[in-house]
Amino acid sequence: LQVDLWQPSSPFHIIEGTVTDVRVPRNASRSLLPYLQHANIQYTILLADVQRAIENQTGLRTYRNRRSLSGYNYEVYHTLEEIQDWMQHLNRTHPDLVHLFSVGTSYEGRPLSVLKLGKRSRPYKKAVWIDCGIHAREWIGPAFCQWFVKEALQTYQTDPAMRKMLTQLYFYIMPVFNVDGYHFSWTNDRFWRKTRSKNTRFRCHGVDANRNWKVKWCDEGASFHPCDDTYCGPFPESEPEVKAVAHFLRKHRKQIKAYLSFHAYAQMLLYPYSYKYATIPNFSCVESAASNAVNALQSAYGIRYRYGPASSTLYVSSGSSMDWAYKTGIPYAFAFELRDTGHFGFLLPETLIKPTCTETMLAVKNITLHLLKKCH
Amino acid sequence: DIGGIGRKYHLKVVLEDVLDQDSTVNCTAEVLYHLGNKNVAPDVQFTLEGELKNTDEADNIFYSRIKSLEEELVAENIPDSHGNMPPEMKPIHLLAWVASGYVIWQNSTENTMFQLAQIKHVKQVKRSDEYLEFDYTILLHEMVTQEIIPWQMTVLWHPQHGVQVTQ
Repeated sequence: LQVDLWQPSSPFHIIEGTVTDVRVPRNASRSLLPYLQHANIQYTILLADVQRAIENQTGLRTYRNRRSLSGYNYEVYHTLEEIQDWMQHLNRTHPDLVHLFSVGTSYEGRPLSVLKLGKRSRPYKKAVWIDCGIHAREWIGPAFCQWFVKEALQTYQTDPAMRKMLTQLYFYIMPVFNVDGYHFSWTNDRFWRKTRSKNTRFRCHGVDANRNWKVKWCDEGASFHPCDDTYCGPFPESEPEVKAVAHFLRKHRKQIKAYLSFHAYAQMLLYPYSYKYATIPNFSCVESAASNAVNALQSAYGIRYRYGPASSTLYVSSGSSMDWAYKTGIPYAFAFELRDTGHFGFLLPETLIKPTCTETMLAVKNITLHLLKKCH
Repeated sequence: DIGGIGRKYHLKVVLEDVLDQDSTVNCTAEVLYHLGNKNVAPDVQFTLEGELKNTDEADNIFYSRIKSLEEELVAENIPDSHGNMPPEMKPIHLLAWVASGYVIWQNSTENTMFQLAQIKHVKQVKRSDEYLEFDYTILLHEMVTQEIIPWQMTVLWHPQHGVQVTQ
């Protein structure tokens, strides 16, 4: 009879009188318990059903629960596969509000999936673009994108603001922009940031997907060295992920009125420019939208966000998606840096997913409603 | 700007207790970044306007617990990938936080912003004296370059004598 020794760490430490914890498969307990009784060894059953305990702790990844919207756990981090399954599930179950499509393929051959949310109420509707997970290790980003979709679908009928948003606009949501990097951060390196493209001359992989856009490319705040975490790439849009999304946004630039990109961490709401210290032409509209959004966010749990142009609020960087979206003609381009400010940093605990997403929803709804009031 | 020496910043900050957000202390500080020589830590002078909370009880509980361990404490990935940390690791994490503060100070310039990203590995080293000793391998996140930098530090701690860090 083989047992899985949980305590102590090795049989070497077992002497007479030592408390020992073991795990056995259910059928093995039928022979173990009588044996212990026969040998006069006292025992207590600590966990009668380990499988159940694990499921309760990790948030029910069983297939049965993935079938329903309410069964999916939005308060845990999900693998890429789980997110892909979730998107397909929503596509099947909410055909009136959800349309799943792909804008291209990643370096490693994965689909670049986007959800189009909204009521097909009229032939031409303006749109909002939201992407999460440009940087692989910023897990709270994709968690928020999923949360946004959930809120949209669950409150569309009961919340007048959400109903207005989904009736008057389309939302393009890309829950995981950097699919290869995200997968890598689950399997190999939790702190991976870049894409996973191979470099011909160095043994380093990946390009910073937020330095690879064609706007003042590889100027200040980006690196030419392939091994650096802010590597801008061999040329603009060298990364298939960036090229695919840029192509989509360019094609729909007349329709898309807001570009929102979600990152972590710093607790900031940023708008252009990142590549220079200068004021954007529609500063007063954008600044007031940001100010109101940050107040709305703070109203939830008192969390303070700083806001302003990225160059002076965070740091100067070039080739960012936000600057490119703005240059392409999208009047509201924002980058969120979600919780926290460094205590957990990238490793934001799952228990903080709900408050972070709840407060961020308020900011996003606020920006969207501001957008509908026409101050471009 | 102080000609020929460096750049001095006058700061007014509010210190907030990580374990109790309502507990705050005002602080004024002067930070002098030295010109040229990047291997010298910035000078820091500070004044606390108020008192820091007394943590003797928690300190002694932690100290006794570690002292009474049969085997040296060993742990890794604190917090783990999902941000979780067993409750008994909390003081180990806080100690790393304090010690990394020293490392960060020693390595800061006007163009860096470091945070402790994770404890990759920690191993207690048993000592014959009353100090607790831990060998940490930590990961520091630098905000400007976005790099993750591994760092080795040996930390000594005693409830009454405080923290000491050797790199």
